Amino acid sequence: MNFEKQSEGHYRLDVKGYVCPHPQIYTKKALSKIESGDHLQVIFDNPSSGESIAAMCDITGDEIVSQSKEGGQFLWDIEKA
Amino acid sequence: MDATALENDLRKKRMWAFGIVGFFAMISISTFAYNEYYIYLSVYLWFGFIYGMCLQYGRFCFSSAFRDLFAVGVPRMVVGVMVATALFAFVSAFISATGLSTFHAAPTSVHAVIAGFIFGVGMVFAGGCASGSLYKTGEGNGVALIVILSISVTQALFADVAGWTNKLVPESWHESAVAKGLPSTINAGDGWVDQYLAGYVWDQPVMTYASLLGLSNDSVAGAFFANVLIGVLVPGTILLIIVYVFWSRGGFKRKLLKKQSGFSFKDDLKGYWAMISSSKRTAIAGLILGIFCGLQMLVTQGLRVKFGVRNAGSLLERMGHDFGLSVNGTVFDPGYWYVTTQEAQWVGWAFNKMGAENMDNIYFGFVNGIPNPALNPADWMSLALIGGAAVMALLHNEFKFKKPTLELATWAIIGGALMGIGSRLGLGCNVGAFFVRVSQGDVSGWLFGLGMIGGAYIGVKFFNWWTERKMAKQFESCGM
Repeated sequence: MNFEKQSEGHYRLDVKGYVCPHPQIYTKKALSKIESGDHLQVIFDNPSSGESIAAMCDITGDEIVSQSKEGGQFLWDIEKA
Repeated sequence: MDATALENDLRKKRMWAFGIVGFFAMISISTFAYNEYYIYLSVYLWFGFIYGMCLQYGRFCFSSAFRDLFAVGVPRMVVGVMVATALFAFVSAFISATGLSTFHAAPTSVHAVIAGFIFGVGMVFAGGCASGSLYKTGEGNGVALIVILSISVTQALFADVAGWTNKLVPESWHESAVAKGLPSTINAGDGWVDQYLAGYVWDQPVMTYASLLGLSNDSVAGAFFANVLIGVLVPGTILLIIVYVFWSRGGFKRKLLKKQSGFSFKDDLKGYWAMISSSKRTAIAGLILGIFCGLQMLVTQGLRVKFGVRNAGSLLERMGHDFGLSVNGTVFDPGYWYVTTQEAQWVGWAFNKMGAENMDNIYFGFVNGIPNPALNPADWMSLALIGGAAVMALLHNEFKFKKPTLELATWAIIGGALMGIGSRLGLGCNVGAFFVRVSQGDVSGWLFGLGMIGGAYIGVKFFNWWTERKMAKQFESCGM
């Protein structure tokens, strides 16, 4: 797991290789730390975590700005509400 | 990856998917050509294949039901499990009312709660339940494979544990187990699990909601009113109302109040429905699973009638494969979706081939046997489940080999071991002891479920602490 600040208001969470429930828990904790309007880029490769992260964002109001998938790897950009 | 390379990669994956389907088809056709009895095993195979496809499509993992609710406040899987359970219950009630059900209710007591609790903690640690680990193995997930190995080995060892553990057995269990008069080859007075089963569990009442109301499980009133309405729909609806009120209502209300000024009871009904329909993939998977689980019972029972047998052990014997049959001539043959026992069996068979004397216990020697995995109907189901999940993952470009890290492998082994122990204490896993039993109106099903919920809560509490600890350093380096 790696969490880093890329630039002002932009963060990156790499949870490749992790299975449930780690990616969604790490994502929740990272989103709780950043400010409203900040972006969190999440990289993961556990498909079922995507369902949980999407549902979590739907409930909290955080917006998934972009989603891409390549070779079983997911890259999501989430803007905190 | 450029467009051409991506297209080539997808083409390769599609070829692999078709190859897997072709492989299973070839097994079915060639074994049937050899002996028609193999169609019985092929039924297990193709239902397992469908389960694998559904589980992967819907990311249908029972462990995430309460784990994700407690961990990240997401109710989608609780909804999915309830949809599948209700559907399976309806189809099963129809089958029960026609007298073709293959289901036998389990003894009911506090042991189901304790077993469910241990299993619940284990499935959170492992990152997936017993069935979830099978489908995730089909996605190329190495951690899930370790979980399966851990569940399998733990069960095979636990079922046969004796020696000093006999000292932990209450005298009343020992006396009751010996008094059952089981065959001398089983030696029910030796071994912790044997004395637990024959000396305690078997003495507990077997109850369905129909029997509690004085109705027969095979009657229309017993099957539909008692076992489905009272046993599944009422508690399931109450459970989902609790989930809506505590986890889903707040977010729905917040979103709605941005568009309108008030929030009425009608809006609550809309919110309840929005929660149920929020993850279409999961709901669709639950729907298909529910229907096919019931159909498997029907088809298996039909084949039993056709071949004039009550258990696959008789078919294996007729085909000349009598190794590993239980003392009763039976093998594990539930006739419906099940996960853990066949996992214990293949390791039990391997241990036996390496010289272990493990047919003197109730689990293997008296009930389930340890047939060659290549001839074990339920093993055909599990392998095909992995294959079905792999096909779905390959077709959706979600297949990826993932090597386990040391951290995740450790959790997988610990979680798998806890699930293995919980399964044997509860006579099944999240599928056999919860999903199937609840759907059939077996009272012990909800007890196992209650334990699972408690175990998931404790597991999540632990992981919250663990991840908090790990992230603290990273937050600190970002000045947060």
